[in-house]
Amino acid sequence: MIAVSNYFIPVFICIVILHGIFKKIDVFSAFTDGAKKGFDIFLSILPSLSALFLAVEMFKASGAVNIVTDILSPAADFLKIPKELLPLCILSPVSGGGSLSVYESVISQYGPDSYIGRVASVMMGSTETTFYAIAVYFGSVGIKKIRHTAICSLCADFTSFILSGVFVRLFFNQ
Amino acid sequence: MMNYIWSFIIIFSLIAAIYFGKTEELSSAIISSGSTAVNLCFGLLGTFCLWNGIMNIAEKSGLTALIAKAMSPLLTRLFKGLKKDDDALMPISLNISSNLLGLSNAATPLGIEAMKRLAEKNEGRSTPSADMILFVVMNSAALRIIPTTVAAIRQNHGSENALEIIAPSIITSLCALSVGILLAKIFERVLMR
Repeated sequence: MIAVSNYFIPVFICIVILHGIFKKIDVFSAFTDGAKKGFDIFLSILPSLSALFLAVEMFKASGAVNIVTDILSPAADFLKIPKELLPLCILSPVSGGGSLSVYESVISQYGPDSYIGRVASVMMGSTETTFYAIAVYFGSVGIKKIRHTAICSLCADFTSFILSGVFVRLFFNQ
Repeated sequence: MMNYIWSFIIIFSLIAAIYFGKTEELSSAIISSGSTAVNLCFGLLGTFCLWNGIMNIAEKSGLTALIAKAMSPLLTRLFKGLKKDDDALMPISLNISSNLLGLSNAATPLGIEAMKRLAEKNEGRSTPSADMILFVVMNSAALRIIPTTVAAIRQNHGSENALEIIAPSIITSLCALSVGILLAKIFERVLMR
């Protein structure tokens, strides 16, 4: 299955190009025309990403994760979220790279097929970096007031934190 | 909102760093954060060009219109501001398909194109439309068929079945996505009318 997913990108690109040729499109110049827009995207998201990374890198370096973990661990107990995974829950909405390295250390410490390893995997597989998405997408159109976006996205993340454990227990009888 | 979250994280980090005696690390993190952002953007620049190029071929040949047509019954129900043949439907449907396939590198530039078209419909207001919010919420919840990164890490660490987490992951993310969409719809009704 992992091997199958390696075919997605090349096959998709070939289909697009073949369809273009079939429809008698000048595929090469269509590609270069479109690719010009890449630089505009680069310029439009850089400001909001530098703001995001300032906060995220400070948060990671300061050890603030430990404080938040301590504050949240009674709640995690109540919701049956493994305490070992709280740093992952805290980092995953703010930093994709940060949560990936926490995930790797969890996997190497507890093993991929342990209860904690499986819950961590489901969490990683079912969440996206919320604040990165907000910064990139709203940043690209210059919108700063985001209304209820963050609360909806964070509630969705929270749902997957709770349900990851529930479904792992259901699926693997753990 | 972003104002408060951003300032809070920065001030909270300073207090935590003083408490843990990590002010030196904090300073170097601040200095390096700028180049981290630039490096990430530069790393993505090539992918942005690549996928915008591919997208432009697909749009000119009418392939995106076909995909958009297939997904429009679902999408017009979710995005109330869009009509059946809206041009924003094309990048939105491609963004959702690439998310499903786990191609997040492709999903980002397609999603940005979608946001630009949704912003045009919003007539450049400084507050986002309900459709723009819903689109970002859907992108911050990850519904993908094969979580490739997770599976690869599991395999590297000697998992007996690296892909056994697919089914629980899909169900979990479906639930999370539904919560996000439902909440966005409730807020939309309460706050925006």
